[in-house]
Amino acid sequence: MNAPHAIDAGAPHAATVVARTQESPTIFTLELRLDDAAAHAAYRFAPGQFNMLYLYGVGEVAISIMSDPEDRDGIGHTIRAVGRVTRGLAELQPGDQVGLRGPFGRGWPLQEMGGRDVVLVLGGLGCAPAVSVIHYVLKRRERFGKLVIIQGVKHADDLIWREQYDRWSKLPDTQVLVAADEGAALWPWHVGRVTGLFGLARFNPERAVAMMCGPEGMMRVAAEHLLARGLPESSLFLSMERNMQCAVGRCGHCQFGGAFVCRDGPVFNWGEVRTLLAHRGF
Amino acid sequence: MPSQPDQAGFLPLDQMHALVARLMQLGYQCLGPTVENGAIVMREMRAPDALPRGLQAEQAPGRYRLTQDPLNRYFAWANGPQAIKPQTFAPTESLWRVARDAAGALQFEAVVPDVPAQAIIGVRACDLAAMAVQDAHFLREGRYDAHYAERRERLFLVAVQCAEPAATCFCASTGDGPTPTAGYDLALAELAEGFVVEAGSGKGAAVLDALNLAAATPQQIDAARQQGPVAAAAQTRSLPGRNLRDALMSRLEHPRWDEVAARCLACGNCTAVCPTCFCHAEVDEPALNGQSSEHARIWDSCFGESHGHLHGFNVRPDIKSRYRQWLTHKLATWHDQFGRSGCVGCGRCIAWCPTGIDLTEEVAALTASEVRP
Repeated sequence: MNAPHAIDAGAPHAATVVARTQESPTIFTLELRLDDAAAHAAYRFAPGQFNMLYLYGVGEVAISIMSDPEDRDGIGHTIRAVGRVTRGLAELQPGDQVGLRGPFGRGWPLQEMGGRDVVLVLGGLGCAPAVSVIHYVLKRRERFGKLVIIQGVKHADDLIWREQYDRWSKLPDTQVLVAADEGAALWPWHVGRVTGLFGLARFNPERAVAMMCGPEGMMRVAAEHLLARGLPESSLFLSMERNMQCAVGRCGHCQFGGAFVCRDGPVFNWGEVRTLLAHRGF
Repeated sequence: MPSQPDQAGFLPLDQMHALVARLMQLGYQCLGPTVENGAIVMREMRAPDALPRGLQAEQAPGRYRLTQDPLNRYFAWANGPQAIKPQTFAPTESLWRVARDAAGALQFEAVVPDVPAQAIIGVRACDLAAMAVQDAHFLREGRYDAHYAERRERLFLVAVQCAEPAATCFCASTGDGPTPTAGYDLALAELAEGFVVEAGSGKGAAVLDALNLAAATPQQIDAARQQGPVAAAAQTRSLPGRNLRDALMSRLEHPRWDEVAARCLACGNCTAVCPTCFCHAEVDEPALNGQSSEHARIWDSCFGESHGHLHGFNVRPDIKSRYRQWLTHKLATWHDQFGRSGCVGCGRCIAWCPTGIDLTEEVAALTASEVRP
């Protein structure tokens, strides 16, 4: 039919794995190229957005894009093998094909970060959606103020990209605070709750922008702390995680109050979600 | 726009088949009320005179029974378990498929639904209102859902004026009935000797013209017009307002949620019969020979365990949070998304709930008291 509107046909693009990196026993990174060269050249995304990756005959899964938006070679996805689709994706090798739809959703407010201190509060494994922001800032270091990276993990072994955290902690104007609930031999960072490190973060609340990603309980505590230090609510952002199947605001699974997380998020300003985040079950 | 009353025609009772025959002649697959498993469902009519007569649908919380209409009317049944939804938002729909070519490479291809033009005879005002609600979701400005649009465009809708609302009906309270006002091609009002027929679209007017009916008399038009207010007055249930957003969102920790959760089986019947529920899961169906796979969507329910599933945890692990999600979405956050409530007052969720949970009763209980501090 000739509808006067854009129509979502919705079929994925074929994409090929160009590189695969094992980051930890269960976490791996796939770098993908769209098989259609023109489509690949035209592909653009913003850090914080995600793709739907399709494993042949099994299904799709929403995965954050972790590569640099200006890197045109491959589209990077760091994935933890936890479900039917991701365990299958873990078996793929360079040359294998997947399907890719995307990018979807609203990314981090990078345009609002210029000249400001950047505070990242990350919980859980890797937190790929925010790691892309770290890379983004470090590549364009002169455009930003201080960079503070606060990362919490359950167990010391869960921290991937450990060398990167070491490297980042030695950079000027960059502070890295890492905590593991359970430590391990030679663990150089804090053992205990990451919330215990918030007080050590050095930044100017009036000119900072903060971005959070991880368990909602941790983000609520972090938000309380950051706002108490004088960070304006308008400068606080978070990435939400919900069940996503269609990625275009249609299938209904990711609804959070009136928001479709896949379309209206996954990045939200704190003020947009704080009321409902106080209630369990949304 | 509905046609003017002076253009309304009168279809004698014994000529009802002529309307169906005309639609069949135009190539429409005609769906009409059919009794199946003790309920009225819309099924393909095999013959123009296959419409059942003399049925009423007696409904109550957790109850639906077909009974005899003493007046032997065609449309004295208020509704059945499904509205128009299965014809526009199909219960299962293939979205795209992927196959391996000779070299083993993946080839993706969008699937366009191959559906016949369909006419539905006996659509209610609440059904039309619900379709408009779903249009707002699936035909959102700039982002048409190709599958919904394709099905929607092929529909010819013959609406009927409700004269016998069920005890579960409350469309007057939501503002969506009982008189069809928009979205139909033809509208019928059933009188003792026949139907007052009005066109609501160009397609409908063409069919009306072809039927070559006598004009309805002013008395007939007047009798038809009186059915709406009478049916509205006969409704016994209601909601306490058309925008309950703040009333419900300020009571998210109300003890009533625990009470209703104790009675709710989380079976999902309410979402399956709701004419506006749009949640769907996406599933892959690989061919047995491994050479291709179909990617389809199927109706899903926020009462199911998988709806809020994430690796490691479930956003809504208990029935309380699922019932609250359903009710607050339907009556509260729907306003944020679409500028109106997601409830059209059809009452299906009440009748088809196996434990007889009554949405109007729950809302009344939730909103009766002041908000706790």
